Amino acid sequence: MVEHRPWNDIIAYAILTFGVFIVAFPVYLAVIASTHDAATVVNGNMPLLPGGHALENYYRAVFVGGSRTSREPVGHMLMNSLISATGIAVGKIFISILSAYAVVYFRFPFRMTAFWIIFVTLMLPVEVRIYPTYKVMADLHMLDTYAGLILPLIASATGTLLFRQFFMTVPDELLEASRIDGAGPIRFFIDTLLPLSVTTIAALFVIQFIYGWNQYLWPLLITTQDSMQTIVTGIKKMLTTTDELAEWQLAMATAVLAMLPPIAVVVFMQRLFVRGLVETEK
Amino acid sequence: MANVVLRNVRKTYPGGFEAIKGIDFEVGDGQFCVLVGPSGCGKSTLLRMVAGLETITSGEIDIGGRIVNQIEPAERDIAMVFQNYALYPHMTVYNNMAYGLRNRGMAKPEIETRVQEAARILEIGPMLDRKPRQLSGGQRQRVAMGRAIVRQPKVFLFDEPLSNLDAKLRIAMRVEIRKLQRRLATTAIYVTHDQLEAMTLADILVVMNGGIVEQIGNPLEIYQKPATTFVASFIGAPPMNLIPLDGAELHAQFAGDSRSETEAGILGIRPEDLSILPASETVGGFALELMVDAIERVGPETFIYGARAHRDGKPAISRKPGELPPGEVIVRVPGQIAPAIGERIVATAPRDKLHLFSADGRRRIDL
Repeated sequence: MVEHRPWNDIIAYAILTFGVFIVAFPVYLAVIASTHDAATVVNGNMPLLPGGHALENYYRAVFVGGSRTSREPVGHMLMNSLISATGIAVGKIFISILSAYAVVYFRFPFRMTAFWIIFVTLMLPVEVRIYPTYKVMADLHMLDTYAGLILPLIASATGTLLFRQFFMTVPDELLEASRIDGAGPIRFFIDTLLPLSVTTIAALFVIQFIYGWNQYLWPLLITTQDSMQTIVTGIKKMLTTTDELAEWQLAMATAVLAMLPPIAVVVFMQRLFVRGLVETEK
Repeated sequence: MANVVLRNVRKTYPGGFEAIKGIDFEVGDGQFCVLVGPSGCGKSTLLRMVAGLETITSGEIDIGGRIVNQIEPAERDIAMVFQNYALYPHMTVYNNMAYGLRNRGMAKPEIETRVQEAARILEIGPMLDRKPRQLSGGQRQRVAMGRAIVRQPKVFLFDEPLSNLDAKLRIAMRVEIRKLQRRLATTAIYVTHDQLEAMTLADILVVMNGGIVEQIGNPLEIYQKPATTFVASFIGAPPMNLIPLDGAELHAQFAGDSRSETEAGILGIRPEDLSILPASETVGGFALELMVDAIERVGPETFIYGARAHRDGKPAISRKPGELPPGEVIVRVPGQIAPAIGERIVATAPRDKLHLFSADGRRRIDL
């Protein structure tokens, strides 16, 4: 049994606070940097209090864009990121829930082989298959398109695996009751399995949205026009300058803006997300 | 309203395991048929074959004059109540009951009428808007029944529907199921491993073991005249005492009786047919000398577990699940009697209460 001593609490809180400080400080610094003008950020003595250029910086970042390498306003890049991240998350869920449904509920030749082939792709990240994927996309004329940003990333072994595990915990009697109630495979899927999977879908959506949002290498390769680039690649381009100073204050504003949508997704779906990971409604 | 006929029904799984080895029986219109047997005897498989959830390897299942072998479960005009109820967790009680009707394209007012009627019969009216997880075990059971009733099927199928309830509720629901089935006069097939449920519910009792039918008949008849030693030990609690006898012993026991001709056999006596006498008293009829091993006093009656003193060392003929250890005999006596442990007693039974089976236990030998 642990005795209750005030010192224990103080030490515990001190350690936890220190941990939070380490994680939060760089983020704080980014927010601060986005409120100063270029000269203040660059001179090397980073102030720790907000400056007076917040509105100006964010306005320029969102609607005007940088004056150097990347001239695309962040507003447009945010839209690109939102479309591709949502597309990736929705596509992954759609494909993996259907493939898991097939693997769990239907008996067809080479069923387990199909499952293992899906499973093996877990070991092949985008980077490994990047050249053939690029070739395929180029041949299909999908460079600089949303389809090109989304399609190669939506096949998901993780999602299939997650849904498979969930479907296997659904009692067989529900399927049998549905059969007796006259529901065919499609009805059973829509009326019973889908409503039961809501929390799993939410959990997967959060994970995959952030995965899609944070894609860097693939959008960098597949997009050549500034108008199609995503915000994550955009930040990098803002800092690539040849003989001028990078506009750090704009890059930091962009970084802060880039963080907001994933945070919003997590905050709004947190309740469903946690329920999806810890419990299932059965 | 329909009868159900099974003709030489067999089920072999792809692995080669034969779960059902040729079963024939008929359940008449409106009758309550109970399939009883130990776990793994094939009773649930057989029920699922009637429901259409398992394929039929050979033979025919006939519901109301229609061979249903190739017909989908939804089209067989049956309703099933599952052991874990299998309610749709995300649907309200109302929708759980209405779902099957909607899938059949029934008109809304008609669905409403049927669900309300079922809710009234089962007294679940106030719960129609709740989700299954907000209900107690007994209430879920009622909803599962309601889902079966609203379909107005030709046959109700019950797969151990009471085994998830506590003992008290189980008895109450058992009575209710019986009343409900009588009232609706719908044919029912009910699977259970509980011999008490089987005895109390059944019009026709089918005792199964190892994929075959051991005996079919009305419950009392089966209790009074079990056809095999398996049935004898499975139906009745505590089970019938089975004592292997050789030719000489048989001859002595059944002197002057046609049964004394048998070479060797198994003698069966129900615990309740035995009564005890002090060892000193002289005995007429059949008598067993026992040493008291253990007693169980349950109030109205006492169960005495005794070892047979004079047959020690002799090998037992058969030992199946549910049987007593060889050489042990149970005597059921009124509650006030309680011999001491280690005491020697004599248990006697009248001649006409003795059962005799062939030595392999597969056949009953009557007078």
